[in-house]
Amino acid sequence: MRAADILRFARDAAAGYPMRTSLSVLAMSIGVAAVVVLTALGDGARRYVVGQFSSLGTNLVIVLPGRSGTGGFNPANAITSTPRDLTVDDAASLRRLPGARRIAPLAVGTSEISYGGKLREVMVAGATAEFIPIRNFELAQGLGLPDEDWNRGSPVAVIGAKIHEELFGNAPAIGRLVRVGDRRLRVVGVLKPIGQGLGMNTDELVIIPVSLAQAMFDSNTLFRIMIEASSREAIPATKEQVTAMLKQRHRGEEDVTVITQDAVLATFDKLLGALTLGVAGIAAISLAVAGILVMNVMLVAVTQRTGEIGLLKALGASARTIRLAFLAEAAMLSAVGALLGYLLGQLGAFALRQFFPVFPAYPPDWAVIAALGTALATGLLFGVMPARRAARLDPVQALMKR
Amino acid sequence: MPLIELAAIERRFLLGDTTVRALTGLDLRIDAGEYVAVMGPSGSGKSTLLNLLGLLDRPNEGSYRLEGRDVTTLSPDELAGVRSRRIGFVFQSFHLVPRLSAAENIALPMTLAGIPLPERRQRVARALQDFGLANRADHKPDQLSGGQRQRVAIARATIMQPALILADEPTGNLDRHTGDEVVNLLETLNAGGVTLIVVTHDQGMGARARRQLVMEDGHLQYDSGQNAHARR
Repeated sequence: MRAADILRFARDAAAGYPMRTSLSVLAMSIGVAAVVVLTALGDGARRYVVGQFSSLGTNLVIVLPGRSGTGGFNPANAITSTPRDLTVDDAASLRRLPGARRIAPLAVGTSEISYGGKLREVMVAGATAEFIPIRNFELAQGLGLPDEDWNRGSPVAVIGAKIHEELFGNAPAIGRLVRVGDRRLRVVGVLKPIGQGLGMNTDELVIIPVSLAQAMFDSNTLFRIMIEASSREAIPATKEQVTAMLKQRHRGEEDVTVITQDAVLATFDKLLGALTLGVAGIAAISLAVAGILVMNVMLVAVTQRTGEIGLLKALGASARTIRLAFLAEAAMLSAVGALLGYLLGQLGAFALRQFFPVFPAYPPDWAVIAALGTALATGLLFGVMPARRAARLDPVQALMKR
Repeated sequence: MPLIELAAIERRFLLGDTTVRALTGLDLRIDAGEYVAVMGPSGSGKSTLLNLLGLLDRPNEGSYRLEGRDVTTLSPDELAGVRSRRIGFVFQSFHLVPRLSAAENIALPMTLAGIPLPERRQRVARALQDFGLANRADHKPDQLSGGQRQRVAIARATIMQPALILADEPTGNLDRHTGDEVVNLLETLNAGGVTLIVVTHDQGMGARARRQLVMEDGHLQYDSGQNAHARR
């Protein structure tokens, strides 16, 4: 029997029992749709968290003052145990490192900002020109901090979107003088609204040159040094270089902690990836159930069509032909079910995205491929037994049944 | 030239713990082109004989030569091949596939044999014409009368141009008039050279055959052709 004829025969056979066929197709499609929607949810969660982290900046290496880990005995520790300050000069020294593309020292404090009789408390970030690109901030108006000597500290400020709105309303802010703490600063830029980013609301931030901030808060130490590595691959090397450089500058004492955003991100990525996989596994159970249902349907089909199988044998069908015809029917049920389930699942994921726009609920490719593959494989696998049973029927016995 | 040669055929069935001898010590020779009626009471082994002749069943003992070839040793798939090309079946209950049209039912043996579609179309068209079913090609079996259904079944049995047609009570589900039509049709085929073996309860139909076999308790009780063969 020709392949096209087998397919046509199987199709007609499936269409001949619409109720049974549609029910097994439905079961299979629900299984596939469940995998697609649930993995879309899981992967959406992963993307959401990763996205939040990435808004910190890309390829970041962050230096914190003080040591959090426990090192071995270091002769330097015997002399002094207080950590040295992390200074602007430390940050400047890192500029020579090959793996670092951008460096931004960061000093943080709270102060008051006032303009035109309005006054509010703000978080002040002392930084340099490269801070804005490192953190992936975008400017709505004006310019960032000037690219100048880090120790100079021009009296300028970049303000967050909410500060802009509260102090100026619709009036232009660029070029206006505001008072921050005891300084009068000229507003040179306004940030685009971004929202919450890991505990620091950037919309309520005022960014000023780092030396100005240190003078304002009367402090020599930095809150962080942010380093953008030249590439994702360069992150570990950059971390090593930074650690080595600062250790050397601090007279052999490793009194800073260097973390990579990558490491934090990877942990979350792994965690939520495992979650997605787990959810997919649970959904896959429904696929297996659907496969067993297809087997059941095919077994019923063999019993119901025993007379027909006997006839086919009498007309000269080989065992192989009958096996293939029933296998093709099972494959068809699961293929149509899988396809329908895929469409249903994509529709479900689309609906999720419509209701929760911030949540990127896209099913990952591997899940879609695995779901379709599992559906087809279980359909075929569970189709084998009924097909063999049909092929083994005794033609005389089969013909007597009608 | 003998088409069928059966020698010392035994066919036993196990029913519960008793063995039933459906056929025993059966010797039979049927020449190509013969028209044979197999008669006898229920349980006499008629159907078993027909299944055996149609290669749907195997004897426990004895030899069966079809067209000079010993078919008792063939594998199931080889038997299917022989059935496909050499044997046509006509059943009492027609055995049409309900979801296929008349044309598709007629084409089924060719479809199973893997004959290309254009040739199938051509042969089915001719068969529909020959059997007076030209305007019924797209009807499903449940839209056909009993006589039409049996004509579709006969068209299906002959579409592969077999040497042998086995008919099991072909008129059993038909009224006398349509039954006669079907018998005439089968006799026309026989006149064209096809060997025809009919199992029937109907004495009248049996009498129309040129040779009568009467079965009883699994063996041949009467063979009207025995003398002719013996004389030869």
